[in-house]
Amino acid sequence: METQPHIDSTRIAEASRGALARADIERREKVFSVTDLAVYYSGKPALEEVDIDVYRNTVTAFIGPSGCGKSTFIRCFNRMNDLIPGAKVEGTVLYHGEDLYGPDVDPVEIRRRIGMVFQKPNPFPKSIYDNIAFGPRVLDMKGSLDERVEGALRRAALWDEVKDRLKDGALGLSGGQQQRLCIARALAVEPDVILMDEPASALDPISTTRIEDLMHELKREYTIVIVTHNMQQAARVADMTAFFSVVVDDDGSARRGILVEYDMTTKIFTTPSDKRTEDYVTGRFG
Amino acid sequence: MMIIEPHVERDYEPAPEQAARSGRVWRNRLFKGAMLFSMLVAFGTLAVLLVDIVLTGWPALTATLFTEAPSSLPEEAGARPAILATLYLGGTVLLLSVPIGALTAIYLEEYANRERWWNKLIEVNIQNLAAVPSIVYGILGLAFIVRGIGIGRVVFAGALILTLVVLPTVVVASREAIRGVPDSIRQGAFALGATKWQVVWRQVLPAAIPGMATGSILALSRAIGETAPLLMVGATVYVAFNPTLFGEYTALPIQIYNWVRQPDPEFQTVAAAGAIVLLVIVLAMNAVAIFVRNRYRQKW
Repeated sequence: METQPHIDSTRIAEASRGALARADIERREKVFSVTDLAVYYSGKPALEEVDIDVYRNTVTAFIGPSGCGKSTFIRCFNRMNDLIPGAKVEGTVLYHGEDLYGPDVDPVEIRRRIGMVFQKPNPFPKSIYDNIAFGPRVLDMKGSLDERVEGALRRAALWDEVKDRLKDGALGLSGGQQQRLCIARALAVEPDVILMDEPASALDPISTTRIEDLMHELKREYTIVIVTHNMQQAARVADMTAFFSVVVDDDGSARRGILVEYDMTTKIFTTPSDKRTEDYVTGRFG
Repeated sequence: MMIIEPHVERDYEPAPEQAARSGRVWRNRLFKGAMLFSMLVAFGTLAVLLVDIVLTGWPALTATLFTEAPSSLPEEAGARPAILATLYLGGTVLLLSVPIGALTAIYLEEYANRERWWNKLIEVNIQNLAAVPSIVYGILGLAFIVRGIGIGRVVFAGALILTLVVLPTVVVASREAIRGVPDSIRQGAFALGATKWQVVWRQVLPAAIPGMATGSILALSRAIGETAPLLMVGATVYVAFNPTLFGEYTALPIQIYNWVRQPDPEFQTVAAAGAIVLLVIVLAMNAVAIFVRNRYRQKW
């Protein structure tokens, strides 16, 4: 345990950029607790040896080079890997203490509580309104749909831009707006967690900044997990960061991802414990 | 053969060492010429046929053709029962083939596990069925529908056979349309907690409908022109009354065929007029298909 004055100074120093102190985070409830996770595609390991705790109301980032399994990993949290034929998940993923892969667990119910935003904005080919309303409709949620749509759009900082054209097609929005629409769509079903798989990689810098600002806002109410290939982005938005890497078999035939290091973002980017992390964040590798 | 020489800008005369280059240029021209010629053969033939039919049939293209039943007198002969029966056939085929074809396509694209042998078998079967000559369907229909079930030589029997003829095409077109819906749409819907059923019915199907409609209409326009299977399942050549779904009938192509066979040359004119009507129906359906495709095509 660190000493009290040190924690305070850290907290003050980091408060300015919205990050949280370690002790502060570790006091929080664990939303996810992953133990010895491995993912296989058609019997071949894609990701192995992952142990991570994700804390409530934080932003947790997964970084690493291409093929390190970070996207595979984030899809374990809402069981999207179930949709890939031949994919198999081993190990345990506890969500508020409950096994996500337990026999009685309905993946559909999980995805209602754990929303997801994808790399490429994927609005439905419908109106802006119908995009947001889709979730509440299929889940048969009670209450005023109009209010729900407005609330979701407001929380995604999109309301002012689209309030006069809710009936217009969503595909007419700009890329950045489409991505915020997808975030709003995820928020409309009142999730607990939002998973973001490289949410800004297809966007311009201004749109990226807006998405990042949004993440700072949203973590007050939600727990956010983000995959990013952009290290600066992880440094800007994440409280905790996990670095994944690729290991290649001796004969070079098989590649799989492993978790190298998981710590406070500031620690990962300033004084990482693993040489591989240091090489990556300083730009010597990847 | 005439080759239209393309206009080539040149600021130099080909030197001997550029013979190879000059050869390439000529091969290029030759190839272009061959393509142009092929195109002219295809379109020229079609144009000659159309012009010939329109010129021949024009005098007989009168109200009589639409209001009267066939007659032994060419000037009184009409195709009303045949036109009506063709519309009945088309409508029934549409009502039968689109739901069956769309559901088959949805099963194959969204639900079937490609690894299973029975799904592979179905796939191969559908591919092959599309290549089966329509007369074979006619024989099948005669044996199983007209005589087997025993509904007789009626419009509905003909529609069932034509449905079988077009079904593979409708399935293939519908599968294409479903495959055209990006996976990101399915993922997005699943990620919101939608069930498979909801994803398919509320996202995939609506997005695929324009493509399905286009393919189905084109398939139907083929069915409208089919003659062989209908002859087989007993479309009668002379029908002087309006058809009913479960009554005797003749169809437009068969009516035309019947007129062409008449010894009286006057009937050739009537036959050509009937062909114009059939062509207009088919071209109108194709126009609707093109309109639907352009109007509702989704740009992802």
